[in-house]
Amino acid sequence: MSQMKMTDGPVDWECAHCDTPLSPGKVSLDYMGSRFTVELMRCPTCGFVYIPEDLAMGKMAEVEGILEDK
Amino acid sequence: MDQKELRELERKCIQDEPPFCKAACPIHVDARLFVGHMARGKLRDARKILDKTMPFPAILGRICDHPCETQCRLKESGDAIAVGALERACITHTTSSKKIFKLPPKDTKIAIIGSGLSALTVALDLTKKGYPIHLFDGAPKPGGTLCDIPASLLPREAIDDAITQLKEGGASITMDTPITPERFETLCDTFDAVYLGYDGKNEGPLGTVFPMDKRGLTNRENLFAGGKIKGNSPVYLAAQGRWAATSMDRYLQKVSMTAGRETEGPVPSRLYTNMKDVVPAPKKMPASPETGYTSDEAEIEARRCIQCECLECVKVCAYLEKHKGSPKAYVRQIYNNLSIVKGTRTINTLINSCNLCGLCETVCPTGFSMADVCHTTRQHMVQIGKMPPSAHEFALLDMTFSNSDDFFLTRHAPEETKSQWLFFPGCQLGGSSPQHVTDAYAYLRKNLHPQTGLMLACCGAPAHWGGDDARLASVMEKIKGAWTTMGKPGLITACSSCQSIFTQFLPEAETVSIWDIMAEKGLPAGSQGTQSQMMPLAIIDPCTARHEKGVQKSVRSLLTDLGTKVEELEHSGEHTECCGFGGNMSNADPAVADEILKRRISQSPLDYVAYCIVCRDHLASAGKRVHHILDLIWPEHTAPNPGFSMRQENRLRLKSTLRETLWHEKCPEAEAYRRIPLQISEDALKTIEGRRILKEDIQKVLHHVKNGGKGLKNPKNGHRLAFYKPLKVTFWVEYEERDDLFVIHNAYCHRMTVAEGGR
Ligand code: SF4
Ligand code: SF4
Ligand code: SF4
Ligand SMILES: [Zn+2]
Repeated sequence: MSQMKMTDGPVDWECAHCDTPLSPGKVSLDYMGSRFTVELMRCPTCGFVYIPEDLAMGKMAEVEGILEDK
Repeated sequence: MDQKELRELERKCIQDEPPFCKAACPIHVDARLFVGHMARGKLRDARKILDKTMPFPAILGRICDHPCETQCRLKESGDAIAVGALERACITHTTSSKKIFKLPPKDTKIAIIGSGLSALTVALDLTKKGYPIHLFDGAPKPGGTLCDIPASLLPREAIDDAITQLKEGGASITMDTPITPERFETLCDTFDAVYLGYDGKNEGPLGTVFPMDKRGLTNRENLFAGGKIKGNSPVYLAAQGRWAATSMDRYLQKVSMTAGRETEGPVPSRLYTNMKDVVPAPKKMPASPETGYTSDEAEIEARRCIQCECLECVKVCAYLEKHKGSPKAYVRQIYNNLSIVKGTRTINTLINSCNLCGLCETVCPTGFSMADVCHTTRQHMVQIGKMPPSAHEFALLDMTFSNSDDFFLTRHAPEETKSQWLFFPGCQLGGSSPQHVTDAYAYLRKNLHPQTGLMLACCGAPAHWGGDDARLASVMEKIKGAWTTMGKPGLITACSSCQSIFTQFLPEAETVSIWDIMAEKGLPAGSQGTQSQMMPLAIIDPCTARHEKGVQKSVRSLLTDLGTKVEELEHSGEHTECCGFGGNMSNADPAVADEILKRRISQSPLDYVAYCIVCRDHLASAGKRVHHILDLIWPEHTAPNPGFSMRQENRLRLKSTLRETLWHEKCPEAEAYRRIPLQISEDALKTIEGRRILKEDIQKVLHHVKNGGKGLKNPKNGHRLAFYKPLKVTFWVEYEERDDLFVIHNAYCHRMTVAEGGR
């Protein structure tokens, strides 16, 4: 999933803290000693990263499983 | 597991032993596979099997005297499969496309005397190996005793074709050349090796019989001979040719004449095949015995073959079936998996999802225990740090919860200062049926002994199942410490998993099942005969009580006293099945656990009765009506399958209720996050439970937000989204805050973390 683009355009979520719409940005994800850089929606002001449900329960879960079997 | 242990385990599973027919065949034609193809009308595939193993299938396939049939498993209860006649049919209805594939020619010369079936086989096998063959025979036509067989059975073209095949392979064939003793000596002197084929003729081509053994060795160094064992049996002639060819090749290569030849010729098979459900059918007779089976007749006969194999364990275990092999194959895969240094361990799920129920061991003819293999492998994986973190974590966290102050409790009976007995209801009964813990505890104090203390805890089974010895040891230490402080009273369990854990890991304690006590002391007043109006119930023995004959009996007698008519399932008692909870299976592979449940609930249309609360909940979750025996004794307190979150809440409440009502202790208020009120629709709860997310996890996220944690908002619908990572898993919750409660719309989780500075 390294270097993958994970954002499919604008989302309805906004940062509740900064009152700002989210925008795409590069984010590093870590698990079991591996790091992936992906593009995710985040708050441009405070950096809060939004992990959508389908990513968490789909691709991320799959990659977690693969890394756990390494 | 080292190489040696692996090999011992592999040997223990006899699934790959040859079928009886193949083992009895002197040249080990795979008759099971051959007949299998014939049964499906696949004559070409069947022919390939014969072509692969038989020398001259067009000859031997027609005339084989089929010693395999004497060992066919079906012979015990009727007619053996007519393997010989099927081979003949296959040969008559197909042609071979097989060519000799030769190795580069060798510069050693071989003479063969005679042209019967053994001599021709030597010629063929050695030609294939690249030896230049010179065959001599005094007769005008080749074939030896083959020429005595009626042409209606063995058409002469078959012999001619064999000769052509040999010639094409480079053999030189000289007929009509009498073998005088002088000629014979010359051949022995000028050729590197000589074969003398008796082939059913008493004195052989030379008129002299040399002493010889099965492998064709004689008392002369480069002379080999065969064709005298078992008279004129065609398959033995072919076999002797084959064995002699092997000996000659080894002699010329100067390698061991004996190594690795133990299985040459007919051998006994260790295979086991269950004949229980086999209905014997008579052998199909060909309409015309002269010409043999038509292909239709052959198919009918072949379909009688039961394709002998063992797989006793696979037949009773959906988990073994799912992974599509036999334990023999699995141990090899597990061994390989353990040997991986870098790369993906592809069968971790296989290792972690066996429910360790032990059924395989009880049905296996050699007592192979897949449970032991999986369990020791898990221990090893934990030791070397290669256990996937998510495999058993949910169950282990639940265990940690039950042994924390949230649930753990030990007390002497109210007003008592000593304990003769200690009731250990277990975490699951406390979670699923808390009121029955209270009922049973009161019963014990009244009917067994007033000095019966109480211990609320988890016995450590999840750690044991997950192979986590260190965690199991620390649980045992805690339990043992508390039990010792209580004065080492007798332990009363209400769960057979606790019982089996204590028997193994706390052997110094006297452990007895509550069912034994109840059977002895009698049902609580008023419950006798209350169930006599009900339909019979089919009884579910928990897998951990498989060998607890006494407990099984006690439960049955209690049910009878209740007035219940008990029906036995086919898989009960020693042969009972696991509900899918054991070994943390439902955690590691929910799909296979579901399959097991599905099969279990369809074994009887009757309602079930269980005496393990987890069995009740699991079976009920699949839609079956299941009672726990305590549901029948104290029916007013029944609430099946509360789900994961509710179990934890029940335990919390059980502890505080008991403390307040029995010991008049004042309990501290629940922690702040636990007091956050939630509203979750049934659908949302189902999704959330399926993801193994607890209400407690959700409350922690909300607590985090209440304490300044950041989050997202959706201006369109007013929903909020926030996350929190209490331990290893990050939980996200989508919610709305309404008046005094939180409406939960969704929750999901992941284990990856956003790197530092990324947030
Ligand atoms: S039943 Fe079939 S597989 Fe079994 S021994 Fe007979 S021929 Fe072989
Ligand atoms: S689930 Fe039970 S029967 Fe199946 S392999 Fe494991 S221990 Fe054996
Ligand atoms: S029951 Fe299973 S483990 Fe035992 S020999 Fe048969 S296939 Fe192998
Ligand atoms: Zn922000």
